[in-house]
Amino acid sequence: MSSNISIPVDGHAHHDDHHEHHPRGIARWLFTTNHKDIGTLYLCFSLLMFFVGGAMAMVIRAELYEPGLQFVDPNVYNQMTTMHALVMIFGAVMPAFVGFANWMIPLMIGAPDMALPRLNNWSFWILPFAFSMLLSTFFAVGGAPAGGWTMYPPLILQTGAAFPFLIFAIHLMGISSVMGAINIIATVFNMRAPGMTFMKLPMFVWTWIITAFLLIAAMPVLAGVVTMLLTDKFFGTSFFDAAGGGDPVMFQHVFWFFGHPEVYIMILPAFGIVSQIIPTFARKPLFGYHSMIYATLAIACLSFVVWAHHMFTVGMPLAGELFFMYATVLIAVPTGVKVFNWVATMWRGSLSFETPMLFAVAFIILFSIGGFSGVMLGLAPVDFQYQDTYFVVAHFHYVLVTGAVFAIVAGVYFWLPKWTGHMYDEKLGKLHFWLSMISVNLLFFPQHFLGLAGMPRRIPDYNVQFAGWNQVSSIGGFVFGVSQLIFLYLVIKCIRSGVKATDQVWEGAHGLEWQLASPPPYHTWTEQPVVN
Amino acid sequence: MATTSNSQYYLPEPSHWPLTGSVGLFTLLFGGASLLNGATGTGKLMMAAGIVIFLVMLFGWFGTVVRESNRGLYNDRVDISFRWGMGWFIFSEVMFFSAFFGALFYARMYAVPWLGGIGDKGETHLLWPDFTAAWPLLHVPNPTKFTEPHEAMGAWGIPAMNTLILLTSGATVTWAHWGLKKNNRRQLVIGLLSTIALGALFLGFQAHEYIHAYTEMNLRLTSGVYGSTFFMLTGFHGLHVTIGVIMLSVIFARSAAGDFTPTHHFAFEAVSWYWHFVDVVWLGLFVCVYLL
Repeated sequence: MSSNISIPVDGHAHHDDHHEHHPRGIARWLFTTNHKDIGTLYLCFSLLMFFVGGAMAMVIRAELYEPGLQFVDPNVYNQMTTMHALVMIFGAVMPAFVGFANWMIPLMIGAPDMALPRLNNWSFWILPFAFSMLLSTFFAVGGAPAGGWTMYPPLILQTGAAFPFLIFAIHLMGISSVMGAINIIATVFNMRAPGMTFMKLPMFVWTWIITAFLLIAAMPVLAGVVTMLLTDKFFGTSFFDAAGGGDPVMFQHVFWFFGHPEVYIMILPAFGIVSQIIPTFARKPLFGYHSMIYATLAIACLSFVVWAHHMFTVGMPLAGELFFMYATVLIAVPTGVKVFNWVATMWRGSLSFETPMLFAVAFIILFSIGGFSGVMLGLAPVDFQYQDTYFVVAHFHYVLVTGAVFAIVAGVYFWLPKWTGHMYDEKLGKLHFWLSMISVNLLFFPQHFLGLAGMPRRIPDYNVQFAGWNQVSSIGGFVFGVSQLIFLYLVIKCIRSGVKATDQVWEGAHGLEWQLASPPPYHTWTEQPVVN
Repeated sequence: MATTSNSQYYLPEPSHWPLTGSVGLFTLLFGGASLLNGATGTGKLMMAAGIVIFLVMLFGWFGTVVRESNRGLYNDRVDISFRWGMGWFIFSEVMFFSAFFGALFYARMYAVPWLGGIGDKGETHLLWPDFTAAWPLLHVPNPTKFTEPHEAMGAWGIPAMNTLILLTSGATVTWAHWGLKKNNRRQLVIGLLSTIALGALFLGFQAHEYIHAYTEMNLRLTSGVYGSTFFMLTGFHGLHVTIGVIMLSVIFARSAAGDFTPTHHFAFEAVSWYWHFVDVVWLGLFVCVYLL
């Protein structure tokens, strides 16, 4: 174990227990209004969905291990890709970030809880129902939705009995996200401790406020557009039917008006987590704190005017292609500011590489790869070559898996000792990191080559010329999948036992949350801290 | 405000209402989806059960909030949290409507002209060479698939009156608010009653307009993208007016029962914010759907 983990000292184990009057057993979790309980629920739900979505990914990679049809028929394959995306985006990544927000924001800003605790419970407890509804479609006539998570008409309108369940599940997820976002805004704007001015907020809190605004602006648009799908299918409207004067491309415009901010909803909190971890293990303050905030704001604003780069090849006026291309590439500037700030934070720092730091450093490098391929895809003329190939798949998995998921995993390692009061097993953590790091690149890097060679996405079979790299990718996928079981084991082990964690946990950690006991008492900051 | 101690910030006890609400929503939507799939019996039964559970939740949850408020548990800081919550909830509603406004603009500015051979992507005219672009769209590209309205909905009959009605209701709810702030119960109650009456009148007129559209004008949800955008936008707005009238009625009942003080009445303000939002959306509808 590395030098910056302080030796546990006695005395902190017996914090005030007299506040902890709450229902026991299952009732505690069902009815809770406590931000820590709700954060835990979100994180556990996210982990469960991560394995559900991961299992679907394993089916996909097994099928693609060889050319030809081996395990599943094409319709089931398409159900796998569609549901994998929906489960990972709305069930794994987004709830994980909300879980972090619930646990950490009140601790970081000196608030006694989230601003609207009952609403907070409702935000979470809609999710299991939404995903029960979504996953129940596997048993529907015609199977689960198979038209892709982007739900483009007219294809998605051919979905069987699953269709209305898909739409209503998305409505439920939207309600949950919007209520969660409202709660975060109310909490940060209203519940900060005296002296915790906006320009002193931890970066994680800043990225979450901006994400919350994106959620409130984007999720209702998704709700609106899927409602139009529903009426097109069942009530005879013609929003997306040219025979009635509508346009299927219109769906894509409205969908991606939601969809692109959604991309940043899934990465801005990741930026926030990494911005907490890097300074801690570099033992230096975050370089360019103010520019980090402005860069995040710039990315958020730009995210609303770049949506059509997802549809360069669909048929758009030239002026549109050009506008969306330039606006897209412009996002590389504030993103570059962030990456350079992280690197500058590490520059000449007293670096140590515990597991959270390893994942955070890997995040910077691998997310940048995803960013670069993003710039390539953002260029309209070359996108005509890349679109709908495995290059796109490689791109968004670099930003979502080695980006968002790596940041989530880094955040779990970083805060797990604070949450549980135990240090996790550092050896297992490092093993998890290296296995994940190697296998994830084996999994996704060859997909760049496959895409550039012309292999299309969302197809269960392929030309034999793609066999080699697909095998490599599948092997990487299986190793990556199995490696995550180490993570599961490690987290359970850490909850149950382990070396006692100190309050500060990490030698270089600063901020209000590290002044509390590990684990913090059930109710924290009942008296306001004062920040100087 | 922000200097009040955290221990005075009201943190509610564990509550079963959120979970009840989730069960209600799930039952309602699962029933709705089953109904759409043709399972009429189960679908209707589940929807009815879902609505009942949801209504029980609304009464229970809001009832709890009202009791807590009347016991003085909510200090100024809690009040500010409510304000942030309601304000951004209304913004999310604005964005929900903007999806449909976006569809309207896209259909008018791009999809329909292109299908008529006008503009950058006018080659789509090849699909139906006889189609001529016009807005309001009275002749759809494929009349065998979608119905064609005989005429477009004019702006200067019922819609203009409804505009006047909603604008007046915005004034009466503000007048009621002034009454509350002066502790003039009579003005408060009369103002709220007039607002509710105007809202109901609006809904009555809109129902009349819908019946007229369906029976006389052949303007339906199935009348191509003109009918789709018309009914989607005005329909969701009408739904919001209905919700607004229900909320105003609750506030009216509470006012009549003596709730609220001149300084502490956020529930009233939240509902009046919502009512003004409904009003503003209508102005957008009047201009973009009816007038232009």
